[in-house]
Amino acid sequence: MAAKIVTITSGKGGVGKTTATANISVALAQLGQKVVCIDSDIGLRNLDVVLGLENRIVYDLVDVIEGRCRVRQAMIKDKRFDDLYLIPAAQTRDKSAVSPSDMVTLCEQISDEVDWILIDSPAGIERGFKNAIAPAQSVLVVTNPDVSAVRDADRIIGIIEAEEKGPARLIINRLNPQLIKRGDMLDAEDVLDLLAINLVGIVPEDETVIMSTNMGKPAATDEKSLAGQAFRNIARRLMGDDVPLLDLNLKEGIFHKISKIFNTGGE
Amino acid sequence: MSDWLSKLSGKANSAEKAKDRLKLVLIHDRTDITPSSLEEMKDEIIKVISNHISIDPELVKIQMLHEGREQRLIADIPIKPRR
Repeated sequence: MAAKIVTITSGKGGVGKTTATANISVALAQLGQKVVCIDSDIGLRNLDVVLGLENRIVYDLVDVIEGRCRVRQAMIKDKRFDDLYLIPAAQTRDKSAVSPSDMVTLCEQISDEVDWILIDSPAGIERGFKNAIAPAQSVLVVTNPDVSAVRDADRIIGIIEAEEKGPARLIINRLNPQLIKRGDMLDAEDVLDLLAINLVGIVPEDETVIMSTNMGKPAATDEKSLAGQAFRNIARRLMGDDVPLLDLNLKEGIFHKISKIFNTGGE
Repeated sequence: MSDWLSKLSGKANSAEKAKDRLKLVLIHDRTDITPSSLEEMKDEIIKVISNHISIDPELVKIQMLHEGREQRLIADIPIKPRR
C-alpha cells in the first residue's frame, strides 16, 4: 500500500486551509480510510486545535526530522477515529527547521502504512509552502470568492505548475448563495472561469464550521452541517466517486423560508 | 431575476465589477506585462512594420488574451490598400 499524498494550500491566509484539511481528513476516515494529516505550518500550528487534539501533543514534526523521536511517536491518534492521525507542527521553531527533502523523507516513512497523507500548507509562497508541496502527488488550492483570495490562488496555481506539481484542483470555500443572488459575490462559475482549473468542491459559508471549530470537532462529523456535507463530498470525489455538487440555492431557499416563519426579527 | 433589477436601477452589481477587475489583474500577474509596457511594445511594433509596409497606426490593436491558463499576445494590424 502506498499512500496518496495530497497538499492543501492557498496563497492567501485565512481562507480555510486548515479547516479543509481537518474536515477532509475526518471525512476520509469516516469512509474507512487510514489517514495521516501533517501540519506543516511551523511556528503557527493550528490543525491540532481544529481537530481537538491540542492536549495530546508530545512530539512534533521537527522532533521527527531532527531525530528526537520516531515518526510513530509523533503520530497522534484521533479521539473519534482509530485510523486518523495527526503529526503536529512545532510551535517554537520556524520554517527553516524543515527542508523540502525532509518532507519527502518523512512521507516515504509512513507511506506504506496509510491510505492518505494530507499536508496542511502555510500561507505564502516561500519556504513553508515549498516544504508542503515537495512530497505532494496532487495539490488542492483553497480559495474564497473574493478578489484577493482569487488573485493569490492564481499566483499559487502558477507556481504549482512551474514546480511540476500541477494541475492543482480547486476548493471554493465560504460561498454565500444569498450574496451571489444579489449580485454581490463572485459565483463558482466566475471563479472557475478566471482561474481555469478543475473544481473538487464548493463549501458554503456556514456557522456550523465556527461552532464545530470552537468544540474541536470538525463539521464533517456533523450530519446536519451543510459545510460538513460539502467536505464529505470532497472526500468521496478524492476517492474517485462521481458526486454531484450540493444544490446550495435550494437548501438556502428552504432554510430561508423556514427561518422567516420562525424568526420575524431578521437573520 | 435580481440581474435585470440591478440593471433597471442602473446600478452595476459589485460581483461583475470584481470579475472585470480580476480579469485584468490576473493577465498582468501571469505575464508581468503592464498596460504601459504593452503600449510601448505596440509603438515599437508599429515602427518596425511601417519600415516595410504601409499601415495606419490608429487601427493597430495589440492585446493580451487568455485561453485557459495560457496567455496569448494578439496583434491585429490592418494593411493600407495599394493605390
